[in-house]
Amino acid sequence: MDAASALADLTEISSQLEEAVLVDGEGAVVASTIADDSGTQRLAGGGLAMLEAAEARFGTGGRAVTQIEASLSEGSIFAARDGNLAIVARTSAAPASGLVLYDLRSCLRTVAEAREKPKPRRRAARKSEPAGA
Amino acid sequence: MRRALGLLVLVGGPLYLRRRRDARRERVHLHFDDGSTVTLADDAPEAARLLALARRAL
Repeated sequence: MDAASALADLTEISSQLEEAVLVDGEGAVVASTIADDSGTQRLAGGGLAMLEAAEARFGTGGRAVTQIEASLSEGSIFAARDGNLAIVARTSAAPASGLVLYDLRSCLRTVAEAREKPKPRRRAARKSEPAGA
Repeated sequence: MRRALGLLVLVGGPLYLRRRRDARRERVHLHFDDGSTVTLADDAPEAARLLALARRAL
């Protein structure tokens, strides 16, 4: 399953989730449910900045921040990372945090597995031998 | 019966109001790879920057 399909599945499953963006290790957008580029960059940039700020402040003593949830009165921002992938999502206010985080982690895992899996090689076309040779 | 109902309102009312107030408070939850979590209330100084970043992302 590719990243765009995984995000589409995620927004279908999680009713509280409004928008989501998948980002790779370099911060490049892999897939997004937001149509316009500025909205995608705003959500992705904000979520990654939250993860970095939390890591800088609390990621000490050999433990790393893997998920963050910021609850605001207007809605919540979730950011989760797993290896070389991160996902940032926006939900309605007061969501079921556990369920949203579970869905985000599942989406990350699905995309990571799809990226790790080697693409099937194309078989070289057989040369047709001339009849009677 | 009336006394039990009064007791329920006396005890349950403040608890309900407190839960509602807490649900509306802004806060940040951090989850770490070792399974631990940290919750920062909106009055915590560390939460201010994270909430500002979240507000910008919204």
